[in-house]
Amino acid sequence: MSTNAATLVRDGLWNNNVVFAQMLALCPTMAVTTSGANGLGMGLATTAVLLVSNVLVALIRGIVSEQARIPVFIVLIASLVTVVDMALNAWLHELYKVLGLFIALIVVNCAILGRAEAFASRNAVAAAFIDGLSMGIGFTLALVVIGLIREMLGSGTLFAQASQLLGANFAFLETRLHDRGGALLMILPPGAFAAMGFLLAGKRVLDERLAPAR
Amino acid sequence: MNPIAYQAGRTYASPHAHGGGKGARAMFFVQLALAPATLFGFWLYGWPAFFLWLVTILSALFFEFTCLRLMGNKTPGRVLCDGSALLTGWLLAMTLPPWAPWWIGFIGAFIAIVIGKQVFGGLGQNVFNPAMAARVALLISFPLQLTTWVAPLPLAAPPSPGWLESLHIALGQAAPPDAMTSASLLGYARSELARGADLLQAFAAGQAAPRISWLGVRAGSLGESSAPLLALGGLFLLASGVIRWHAPAGMLAGVLVPAFIAHAAAPGAYLDAQAHLLSGALLLGAFFIATDYVTTPITGAGRFIFGLGAGIMTWIIRSLGGYPEGVAFAILFMNALTPLIDRCTRPRVFGRTRAGEALEAGASSGESA
Repeated sequence: MSTNAATLVRDGLWNNNVVFAQMLALCPTMAVTTSGANGLGMGLATTAVLLVSNVLVALIRGIVSEQARIPVFIVLIASLVTVVDMALNAWLHELYKVLGLFIALIVVNCAILGRAEAFASRNAVAAAFIDGLSMGIGFTLALVVIGLIREMLGSGTLFAQASQLLGANFAFLETRLHDRGGALLMILPPGAFAAMGFLLAGKRVLDERLAPAR
Repeated sequence: MNPIAYQAGRTYASPHAHGGGKGARAMFFVQLALAPATLFGFWLYGWPAFFLWLVTILSALFFEFTCLRLMGNKTPGRVLCDGSALLTGWLLAMTLPPWAPWWIGFIGAFIAIVIGKQVFGGLGQNVFNPAMAARVALLISFPLQLTTWVAPLPLAAPPSPGWLESLHIALGQAAPPDAMTSASLLGYARSELARGADLLQAFAAGQAAPRISWLGVRAGSLGESSAPLLALGGLFLLASGVIRWHAPAGMLAGVLVPAFIAHAAAPGAYLDAQAHLLSGALLLGAFFIATDYVTTPITGAGRFIFGLGAGIMTWIIRSLGGYPEGVAFAILFMNALTPLIDRCTRPRVFGRTRAGEALEAGASSGESA
């Protein structure tokens, strides 16, 4: 596995994107992306956990024995999630109320344990840092794109309530496209699967077109 | 990508005989059977109904064509001629409120053809009936537009909108005037029950109460107004061998038997069997949807179970659920169970017992082969 920084960033954002290539963490992806703001909040919270857990796992990779590594990783991740959970509750209470259980469920987000196991436990701290950051941003982007599409088709807005959920500084994101409402189905679970499916197909087509002719 | 069953000139597994018919012929017969009820619907609800029907069918053909092109089909025009996309669009239009704006038909056709059918691999591969999937998706997405029914205004009658006005309604620029909207019988019964009224009194008292009409002059979608014409179309399909009796019989029994028993036990809380038979999409569902070749079981017994389940489910949703009508939900539900039904009703393999043991009688041909 290459630890070239540019490759790591490209992998995280596109080639090996958590949602669109690895197909991991689909549960929070489907569940919280009813709006762009929700997706952004969830993505950032997950990125924070992923980044710190990657760095910590890379730091302790020499000390932890092969047999005990999974429980150790999980305890580490769980502690981080607890911190994020409390921080969100304290400073972004509106977002905390919307995301609810899914914050706590970051513990069992397979993408995070997956990166710890597949990358951080075998690489140096710097590489793990870059990997965690780019994977996290790639995840956030995926969530925001799915959230925006569902929100646009489902309620005709973009980043609605961003100022309430993410803080007053995000008020500039709020856009109202039209007042006619939208297809409620896109806000409901089937909409998540439909949006996800079409995006996935789109990415595959794009990859095929972009791939150099063999 | 090339299903074995479609490879020309070769037969696999069971003994098959070719009847000389083609998919396009079956589709054409179904369209023929739908025509009387559709024409009656045009007469009943006027030009807006015709425009919506046209938009839905053209959109279905457009999406089918686009999908086939995107998937690399070299002759999408020839595939369109099998009539399946046209039929899907037609069936979908039959279930929509006749005065719904054009984009309802357009979005519905997209859901039916792209999400309901082509995503699964095209004709013969879809799990759910495309028209019903689209109908349910539309109902959940746009509850207001999908529950606005107009009172019947026969084409010749004075208040019926003219050409231009109809175009405005179909384009969604003019809403049907309130005086022309009307509750369907099932919707009326559901809302009366919801406010705790007794059904017998509700139907006996109010002027507003919708009446049962054998002729079908009442509010509803194209495909539910005229029960006799739909039944006629269904009988025509049965007689011409395009469909078989198992699924329709099962579905009608599944609705009518519980309806009869429940009405006899508590007439104030449950509609009678006649109202169930003549209202909503029951006849359309029984004859035209539950007999879909692709999404229903293969054997006769399996089809009967499918129909019975869909019927009982319809009655349950109509009588106890939150929605006034449940045919589309019931059919989708049974579509999901179809593989299971097929598994449970697998016919006995030739030369073997039901358990799969080789039969003892006769010569053992296994060794010589």
